[in-house]
Amino acid sequence: MGFREVGLSESEYKRIIEILGREPNGLELELIGVMWSEHCSYKSTRPLLKTYPSKGKYVLQGQGENAGVVDMGEGWGFAFKVESHNHPSAVAPFQGAATGVGGIIRDIIAMGARPSVSMDGLFFGDPDSIKTQNLAKGIVEGIGAYGNAVGVPIVGGKTFYSPSYNGNPLVNAFSAGFVRLDKMASSQTAKAGDLAVLLGSKTGRDGIAGASFASRELDEDSRASKPQIQIGDPFEEKLLIECCLDLLEQKLIASMQDMGAAGILSSSSEIAHKSGCGIDIQVKQIPLREKDMLPWEIFLSESQERMLLIVEKEKLDPVFAMAKHYDLDCAVVGTITDNHRYKVYNGDVLEADIPVSILGDTPEVFWPSEVPSDMPQRQNIKLSTLTTNDPANDLLALIGCANGRSKHEIWDQYDSMVQLHTIAGNGEPVAAVEVPDTHRACLLTMEAEPCKCWTDPYTGACETMALSLRGLWLSGADTLGMTNCLNFASPEVPEKFYELQQSIRGLADTCRELDCPVVSGNVSLYNETASGRIYPTPLVVTAGLAVNRDDILFAGRTQKDDLIYLVGKIEGSMGASRYQSMKDGVPLGKTVEPDYKAEKDFRELARKTAHSHLASSGRVVAGGGIAVTLASEAIASNIGMDITLAPESTVESLLFSEGGTRAVYSVPQDKAAEFEKLWSGFPCRKIGKAGGDMYKWNNILEVRLAQLKKTFLGEAK
Amino acid sequence: MKTAVVVFPGSNCDRDVQRAVTETLQTQVDMVWHENTKFADDTDLVILPGGFSYGDYLRSGAMAARSPIMDAVKKHAAEGKLLLGICNGFQTLTEAHLLPGALIANTSLTFICKRSYLRVEQTDNMFTSSFKVGDIVQYPIAHHEGLFFLPPDELKELEDAKQVVFRYADPQTGDAGAKYAPNGALNGIAGICNERGNILGLMPHPERSTFGHLNGGSGGDKFWKSIEKAFNERGAL
Repeated sequence: MGFREVGLSESEYKRIIEILGREPNGLELELIGVMWSEHCSYKSTRPLLKTYPSKGKYVLQGQGENAGVVDMGEGWGFAFKVESHNHPSAVAPFQGAATGVGGIIRDIIAMGARPSVSMDGLFFGDPDSIKTQNLAKGIVEGIGAYGNAVGVPIVGGKTFYSPSYNGNPLVNAFSAGFVRLDKMASSQTAKAGDLAVLLGSKTGRDGIAGASFASRELDEDSRASKPQIQIGDPFEEKLLIECCLDLLEQKLIASMQDMGAAGILSSSSEIAHKSGCGIDIQVKQIPLREKDMLPWEIFLSESQERMLLIVEKEKLDPVFAMAKHYDLDCAVVGTITDNHRYKVYNGDVLEADIPVSILGDTPEVFWPSEVPSDMPQRQNIKLSTLTTNDPANDLLALIGCANGRSKHEIWDQYDSMVQLHTIAGNGEPVAAVEVPDTHRACLLTMEAEPCKCWTDPYTGACETMALSLRGLWLSGADTLGMTNCLNFASPEVPEKFYELQQSIRGLADTCRELDCPVVSGNVSLYNETASGRIYPTPLVVTAGLAVNRDDILFAGRTQKDDLIYLVGKIEGSMGASRYQSMKDGVPLGKTVEPDYKAEKDFRELARKTAHSHLASSGRVVAGGGIAVTLASEAIASNIGMDITLAPESTVESLLFSEGGTRAVYSVPQDKAAEFEKLWSGFPCRKIGKAGGDMYKWNNILEVRLAQLKKTFLGEAK
Repeated sequence: MKTAVVVFPGSNCDRDVQRAVTETLQTQVDMVWHENTKFADDTDLVILPGGFSYGDYLRSGAMAARSPIMDAVKKHAAEGKLLLGICNGFQTLTEAHLLPGALIANTSLTFICKRSYLRVEQTDNMFTSSFKVGDIVQYPIAHHEGLFFLPPDELKELEDAKQVVFRYADPQTGDAGAKYAPNGALNGIAGICNERGNILGLMPHPERSTFGHLNGGSGGDKFWKSIEKAFNERGAL
């Protein structure tokens, strides 16, 4: 086996020989090759990810663990992370998506938390193509089948259609859980003499070398990659959750790590490396599902529903007893040592003997970066093509299009209520869940703006991040932190690396300016097929804290006779807006430049508005512009609106431009004076009133509420 | 009233039911692992919760119905004490032949999670005596196999014996029946009891509308209070 077959470059191979002082044997080469793959090592992005702000007043555990953890108060932590499962879902939609959900849930268990909430970011190709519909059906069913059975509610997400995802759909699975601070687990606390225990499923040939699979483009051979797809068993996972939580409750685990990409290899080497130890692994002790598996297959297998526990010798009996109670397989497979070596024994034969650091301290790669040659075309917006001749019809088109209409057909398939703590779930712009046994709540927003990142990766990423924060602030929450999933094409193409670099810079700058630490994340590169490359798709999930759940301001609660206010600028940018993309067929033009002063002012005033109960409902201006935002509010509140607001530039810009610090509020009349006083230092204007069964903008458009609803629900025609 | 919730491997609404009953009735709730063979002597109400017992890889509830605890469940019910099955618990009760019928895949062939409206069809049992016939309640559903099925003659017997307790309904008009069943249940049947009235099975989840600030809505608390009231007045049947 040559170094190229395991995905290493010649210079990387030379470096390995240098470190080892000899040539690696076949097994060693396999192990190093996988750990140095893009998927496991983040070698192309690590230097960029270091630019993220990592500290914040609520951060208990930042990047580097299985998931980030923030402090919710009253002794509770909140562990959260988002991870991609793009390549597997492209090849085997049901199992790919299902195991994506299962995988991220185990990251949360590994922090000692009970998995409490999930969300999913789904990016599909052309909505009218049969191929997209089949992929979407399989992916949604896979997510539901796993999430529903394992009993973790799915409380929100994002679904976005664009031909740029044809053949390369994205599945970004977010999961999070609450953990008592004194029960938090870690992958860094193993010590010499402890035993490595494998808990859960037997190891089989499924998913062998999935990490290398995810580290290259999808091609015709990918169909032959089916053996690399893992098969999920949510029943086993449910038992694993309960067993691990019981073990932690009884303080029987010294350290733990989930088994994701590169299975036993990555989990065991990571735990040894992060704990500053070595590890001896005995291949013959690993329970196998299939006969005659070779050591490299065993080490790289990505069989699901397994955890690696580090257990002190004297606690082994109660650990085995607990595993038996849950009918889970359990085996001692190795010993933690103090010699910093990663050794693999097959009976008496030493099959591999390499320094742990060669698996943990992986190389970085710096790719050349170049502004895409077509960037001037991407940013060349022709406003003349955007004139609206029929605003009402354009509004209905934006609400009824694949990206605009209700996604209830998807989320009705997800259990959003199990665990009895979902306050606001699917269909709401901000999800909210109770913090256990308290009056506190955790709020979550998931955002991605691929069109805006395509026309300008920097400002697009800034707007994505700011949008996720505005939603939390409007609800009244304090910023806890962010997790992100960076979905991009090949970093080896200079123009694609530029998009990646600039998107990360945008997220980092906005997070730094607006005090949002980045606590965890995942990078998925090589999202491309022979027919094209995906738009740059950084997805963020941002968490916020509401100290009192009664002080949360939700959307969709507008009451009759409420006054409607717009705070922030009247118009944003037509660049890469939903309206512009619909009219031109492709996204063109930049979105608005970030304005951190406005964001910070908004943060303060919006939070005060929520805490003082000055509004009955509120919503930040998002996709489709003010007209769609208000229409969504009218539909959700089941009430008409009468809006009077004149354009500054054009009617289409007034109605449909996007971006910037803007929100709409519904304010009871007796609170209007106080509301106006609070917002006196910020652009704020009364623009209308709620009531009746019509949605109308004076002299511009008039639509029956019933028709809006039908269009939104996909029942029109 | 002392309550026990059976925990099968794969149950996932066990803790939810525990919380709903504990907080509504301020009562003790035992969590009983499926490998046990008996309940505490003074157990009055046994609840089989929702979830995916044993992964539901065979028929839903089929494995749970053959679990070690089920002999104790049958004995408990035979003594006239209260037995409630919710969702997967209802499926288990039919698999154990403690209630008639079968729950098969929804006509949509998809999992459906949403609020659902039910009409109370009869109140002469241990669970709904605080309601009036015709009352509309809202308990959410979350299942893939919720289509209640019986052959026509047995269905008629069930209806004639007034064993249908809840039927899917239109909350505006109060009409109930098959056309309002989100899952295609025959005659719109959402919940049934045995002849004696001490065993109830229903697909919707009353525990999910017990806490009004959550996304399952409100009104479920009245269901638990109704059970407690009937028990306090009548004891075991």
